[in-house]
Amino acid sequence: MSSCKGYIGLYDSPEELLRAAEAVRDAGIKKWDCHTPYPVHGLDDAMGLKMSPVPLIVLFMGGVGAGVAFLMQWWMDVIDYPFVVGGKPLFSWPLFIPITFELFVLFAALAAMGSVIWFCKLGRWASPLHQGSVMKDITSNRYGIFLDSAEADFNEDKARSLLEATACQDIRRLGGEA
Amino acid sequence: MGKMVNGVPLGKQFTRLDDDICRPFESFPTGRWLVAISITSLMALCFAVAAGATVVGGIGLWGNNAPVGWGFGIINMVFWIGIGHAGTLISAILFLLRQKWRNGIARFAEAMTLFAVICAIQFPLIHTGRPWRAAYWLLPAPYHMDMWVNFRSPLLWDVFAFSTYGLVSALFWYTGLLPDLAIARERSTNWLRKFVYGLLSLGWNGSNRGWQHYEKAYLLFAGLSTPLVLSVHSVVSFDFATSVIPGWHTTIFPPYFVAGAILSGFAMVATVIIVLRKMFHLEHIITVDHIELMNKVVITTSLMVGYAYAVELFIAWYSGNSLERFAFMNRALGPYAWAYWIMVSCNVIFPQFLWIKKVRRNLITTYVIILLVNVGMWMERFVIIVTSLHRDYLPSSWGIFRPTLVDMGLLIGSFGLFLTLMLIFVRFLPTVAMAETKAFMPGAQVKGAHHE
Repeated sequence: MSSCKGYIGLYDSPEELLRAAEAVRDAGIKKWDCHTPYPVHGLDDAMGLKMSPVPLIVLFMGGVGAGVAFLMQWWMDVIDYPFVVGGKPLFSWPLFIPITFELFVLFAALAAMGSVIWFCKLGRWASPLHQGSVMKDITSNRYGIFLDSAEADFNEDKARSLLEATACQDIRRLGGEA
Repeated sequence: MGKMVNGVPLGKQFTRLDDDICRPFESFPTGRWLVAISITSLMALCFAVAAGATVVGGIGLWGNNAPVGWGFGIINMVFWIGIGHAGTLISAILFLLRQKWRNGIARFAEAMTLFAVICAIQFPLIHTGRPWRAAYWLLPAPYHMDMWVNFRSPLLWDVFAFSTYGLVSALFWYTGLLPDLAIARERSTNWLRKFVYGLLSLGWNGSNRGWQHYEKAYLLFAGLSTPLVLSVHSVVSFDFATSVIPGWHTTIFPPYFVAGAILSGFAMVATVIIVLRKMFHLEHIITVDHIELMNKVVITTSLMVGYAYAVELFIAWYSGNSLERFAFMNRALGPYAWAYWIMVSCNVIFPQFLWIKKVRRNLITTYVIILLVNVGMWMERFVIIVTSLHRDYLPSSWGIFRPTLVDMGLLIGSFGLFLTLMLIFVRFLPTVAMAETKAFMPGAQVKGAHHE
């Protein structure tokens, strides 16, 4: 019994999923997740998720990129190897702006990609959801609520009855023998 | 039994979409595809041969000469980077404007951006003569000379703009692909496909704790790409506008270049997509309505470009600057008048036929017009670069530019490279964003549930 990785309930419509997610949220469970083939609007609230920090991270890294670019150009062209081009002043900063802008975008985009990898927990290929057809369903045409056995007071009967209470027609136990 | 939408279960509609999009890369290559890729790879081989010849024999093998120091190399670079801009416009700007119709063609256009950037960067690299040493000239890296690159040169801004653009487009494209790669992984029936798609999808499992951040990141990508795409072609135009050559030294260049880039890019998207939707039977996903909307963008940008041509002529006359006046008289009536009038008619006159609804909804007439636009936009770069250079201040140094066989090989070869990459893409990756399309299908969202 100890090899149970969790329970997943599969739903056929976004309405059922949203109602079920609200029920699970209100049950006070921490380690659970919804799995959907596409982003379902309103699900973040139904799950009680906090605001995503991604915009702040991206903005901050963009600022770092711009700073790096501007300082780099200033140090290289004004300090390390003072270099007059076209009779302009040494510190002709307006000409440093295009590269400053480009590196703002570059760093910000790298931060956005890094955030996707980090927050979506990508790069972890093994998942209990790879059992049976569950993964195929939730990436294609059904909606799942997964209750993780990592929950502090996880109890198989409780998990099953919680999903049953959401009028779920298709409940599956993941991992190991039942 | 799932939710019914228009009499068909929602789940079934999703499966049908997956089937339609995945079929081209799940079935054995068709004869038509094999014929197509054989032709395009032969063309790409031309590119390799011509590039190899240039590396061995030097830039002397090109038609570039003393007054016309920039020939096909820069023309092709500007042409290809411009092609890419439509992809970013469709994927980023139309996303921000919440234009739902972009779903069907966005993935495709993004791939096109990526491949066009790949083609574009070949040219400046080959033009350096010793591409393997390019990093030495182009990047601010510490070398034994103790000198740095010239940050005050638009050519260096190009280095940063192109590499940022290429990288950001690739990341944007890949981020969008993740959920679809997971679909491909789950549909795979043999271990190799399962392994490759599994590896590429990075273990995507549709978790909403992931989607939450994914959607934010995707929106930010769109927000970042929008000013980026406008900056890239502006920086390209600075290569010309910051010089003191009559015909180049004008302030209209940045917006004029961006509008031209979008015109040529949309024409190229349509050129490729009209063939591929037929080839892979995607007519019900990429519909005639899509083509019509793209045609409307073509008319709009064609008018913008036409306006720019007119303003250039007007300002040349109004400025009272005799050199400026001569440059434009020479463009319209000089030895390259043929190129100028091809440019004007293909970019401004022929697209006006798209005002007629029958013409813009008919694939054959559309195809003829957009092919002409492709030609016209290449000619535009030819006109800007060659006619401005070939007769500058000193009549004693005037000359005529004639492309050589190597030039033609590189031009045709770059089309081969582009089309080969495109054909490989449509064989191995989902060409339409499945997850995103599902999110917009009727009944896919809960009524009244809003998304912040």
